[in-house]
Amino acid sequence: MATRIYVPSDTSARSLGADAVATAIEREAMARKIDLELVRNGSRGLFWLEPLLEVETPAGRVAYGPVRAEDVGELFETGLCSGESRHALFQGRPEDIPFLRKQQRLTFSRVGLGDPLSLGNYVELAGFRGLSRALTMAGEDIVRWVTESGLRGRGGAAFPTGIKWQTVLDTPSPQKYVVCNADEGDSGTFADRLVMECDPYLLIEGMIIAGVAVGATQGYIYLRSEYPLALRVMNEAIARAYAAGYLGEGIRGTSYRFDLEVRLGAGAYICGEETALLESLEGKRGMVRVKPPLPAVKGLFGQPTVVNNVLSLAAVPFILDRGPAAYADSGMGRSRGTLPVQLAGNIARGGLVELAFGATLRELLYDFGGGSHSGRPLRAVQVGGPLGAYLPESQWDTPLDYEAFAAMGAMLGHGGIVAFDDTVDLRQQARFAMEFCAVESCGKCTPCRIGSTRGVEVIDQLATAADREANLTLLQELCETMTDGSLCAMGGMTPYPVLSALRHFPEDFTVGGEPCGSREPV
Amino acid sequence: MPGATAPQADVIQSAIATHGQRPGALLPILHAIQDGLGYIPGDAIAAIAQALNQSRAEVAGVLSFYHHFRTRPPGNAVVQICRAEACQAVGARQLESHARQRLGTDYHATSQEARISLEPVYCLGNCACGPSVRIGDEVYGRVSPAVFDALLEALDSDVVVVQ
Ligand SMILES: Cc1cc2nc3c(=O)[nH]c(=O)nc-3n(C[C@H](O)[C@H](O)[C@H](O)COP(=O)(O)O)c2cc1C
Ligand code: SF4
Ligand code: FES
Repeated sequence: MATRIYVPSDTSARSLGADAVATAIEREAMARKIDLELVRNGSRGLFWLEPLLEVETPAGRVAYGPVRAEDVGELFETGLCSGESRHALFQGRPEDIPFLRKQQRLTFSRVGLGDPLSLGNYVELAGFRGLSRALTMAGEDIVRWVTESGLRGRGGAAFPTGIKWQTVLDTPSPQKYVVCNADEGDSGTFADRLVMECDPYLLIEGMIIAGVAVGATQGYIYLRSEYPLALRVMNEAIARAYAAGYLGEGIRGTSYRFDLEVRLGAGAYICGEETALLESLEGKRGMVRVKPPLPAVKGLFGQPTVVNNVLSLAAVPFILDRGPAAYADSGMGRSRGTLPVQLAGNIARGGLVELAFGATLRELLYDFGGGSHSGRPLRAVQVGGPLGAYLPESQWDTPLDYEAFAAMGAMLGHGGIVAFDDTVDLRQQARFAMEFCAVESCGKCTPCRIGSTRGVEVIDQLATAADREANLTLLQELCETMTDGSLCAMGGMTPYPVLSALRHFPEDFTVGGEPCGSREPV
Repeated sequence: MPGATAPQADVIQSAIATHGQRPGALLPILHAIQDGLGYIPGDAIAAIAQALNQSRAEVAGVLSFYHHFRTRPPGNAVVQICRAEACQAVGARQLESHARQRLGTDYHATSQEARISLEPVYCLGNCACGPSVRIGDEVYGRVSPAVFDALLEALDSDVVVVQ
C-alpha cells in the first residue's frame, strides 16, 4: 500500500517553505523506493507548526512540524512512514494538539483535512448537505432558519444575516445578486483566505443557498488582488462545480439557476466597505455611497443585493444541514454561534481559532497563543483590524462578544487579534492609523481625507516638546471632527486606534521621561 | 493606436475583446492588460474609453484610484513589503528600512542596479507568519533582513538563467 503524506498548500504554509518540503519528500521517497501518495491538503490553521506534514497510519494521521526541506531525510530515517515518535518534530495526532482540540470548528470543520479541490472529499465530509436541504425548502423558510440561527455578519458590522436576506427576498425584482465580500483588508485577518484556499466549495455552497433563498441568480465573489492563490483555487473550484451541476442552469436537477464568478479588486482597502465594493464591481472608483438606499434594496447595478462576508456565507451550510438551533446553541448574549478568531502579529502560536463567543482575550493570547513570539512580555493588542482600538492588559479579560467590545469603545470586527510585545511604540501605531487612513480614504469626506493627513503631522509634532498641550487638544479635536463628519467607518473609526493609544499608553506620547519613537528591540 | 507597439496593442485589444461585454468590464480589462504587459500604458486609456463608451477622464480616474494598477513599466521584479500592523509587530519597519537601503530606492520606484520595483502592500493575509513579502505571485513569511537579501540573490540568479 502506498504511504500517504500530506503537505499543506495554503499561502502561509507555502510562505514558510511547504513547496520545498513537498519536493524533498518526493525525492526522498524515490531514493528509498517508497510508494508515495503525496496529497497537498489545506492548512489546519496552526501556522506556527507550518509546514505541518502529516502521514496516514493504521492508527490515524500523525503530524510533524514545523518541517524544513533539510529535515526530510532525517524524518524518513526516524520512521516517518510508520508515524514513529522518535523525531523532535513529532507532534502526535493533529486532533490532539491542544490548540486544535480546544476549538469548536463548525465552519472550519473540513479545513486542512484533504485536497481542497476534491469534490469527492467535500461530499464525503458532509459537503452540499445544507444545499440539498435548502433545495427542498421555500426561500422564506431558508431565511427564517438563518435568522433563527442568530448569525450576524462576520465582516465587521455584525448585522443579522437573516434580516438582510429577508429584505432582499421581500424586494421584488427580475434580477437580484449575491455578492461575497472577500476583500479581507484588515491586517491580522486570514480566515476568509483559509476558507477560499482550503475549503472553496463551502463558500460556493453558502452562496448558492443565499441565491436560492432570496431569488438571486447571479453571484460575484469580490476578491482582493493580494490573494493570488485564493484566486486560482476559487476559479478552479467554480469550474468544477459547474461541471458537476452545482452551478448554472438547473442546479442538481432542480429548476434553480445560479451563476458565479470571481472579480478581482485592485488594492484599495475602502473597497471592503460594501457600497464602495459595489461601485468597484460596476467598474467605477471605489467611492462610498450614501445609505439609504441599502444594498439589499438597491445594490449592484441598482438591483436588490445580498452583500455578505466570506465567513457569514460559509456559516450557512452548517445551519441548513444541522438546523438553526445547532448553531445558536453556542455563544453568549446576542452573539450566537462561533467566531473564527485569527491570532496574528507577535504571538508564539499564531493561527485560526474557531470558538464559541465568550472566551476572553487573555485565554486566546496565552492559552491558545502561548504569549509573544519574541519571548518578551505582551503589551498591547489591536482587535478588529486597522480601525480597531489598542487594548492594554487591563482589558484582556473582556469576553469576545460584540456588545462587550462595543461597551468599551472597541470592536471585534472580523475577529483579527494582533499582539504586540513591549517594544511597541504606541505613538508610532497611532501615527500609522492616521497614515493608513490618508492612503486609503476614498476622498469623499474632508475630515477623513484631509483630517488624517493633519493627524499624521500633529502626531509627529507630539514627538517634540514644543506646544504639547495645544497639539494634544488639536489631536482630540481632529478625532472628534473625523468621528462626526465621516460617511463611513474609515474616517469615523480611525480615531479608535489613535485615541485608545493615547488614553491607555500615554507614556509613549511623552517626551523626556520615556523617549518617544526610539524603543528598539534588544 | 499611435505609440503602442504591436504586441502592446494586441494585449490591449484582446483584453477589450475578452472582457468588454461583461457587466462592470473596466476592472477586468485593466487587470488583463496589467497581467499581460506589467502596467497600463497611456494608449490603453483611449482604447478602453472608446470601447466602453466612457470619457478618457472617467477611465483615467478609475485607473488612478486603485493602488494595484501601474502606469509605468515595472522593473524585472516587483517586490511588495507588507507595511500593516501584524507585520509591524514582528519587525516590518526594520525590514522596510533595510529594503530601501539595500535597493537604494523608495516605494513606488525601481532600483537602478537590480531593476527591482519596491511597493508597499497592506496585508497579504499571512499575518501569523510576518514580516511578509510578495514577489510576483509568491508570498514569503518570516522575512528577516537576511532572508530578504537571500530572496534578492535568488532573483538575481533567476535573471541570469533567463538570459
Ligand atoms: C472601511 C471599511 C472596510 C471594510 N472591509 C471589509 C472587508 O474587507 N470585508 C468584509 O467582509 N467587510 C468589510 N467591511 C464591512 C462591509 O461594509 C459590510 O458590512 C459587510 O460586507 C457585510 O457583510 P456581513 O454582514 O456578512 O458582515 C468594511 C467596512 C468598512 C467601513
Ligand atoms: S469616511 Fe473616508 S473612506 Fe469613508 S466615505 Fe468618507 S472619505 Fe470615503
Ligand atoms: S499584516 Fe502583513 S500579512 Fe497581514
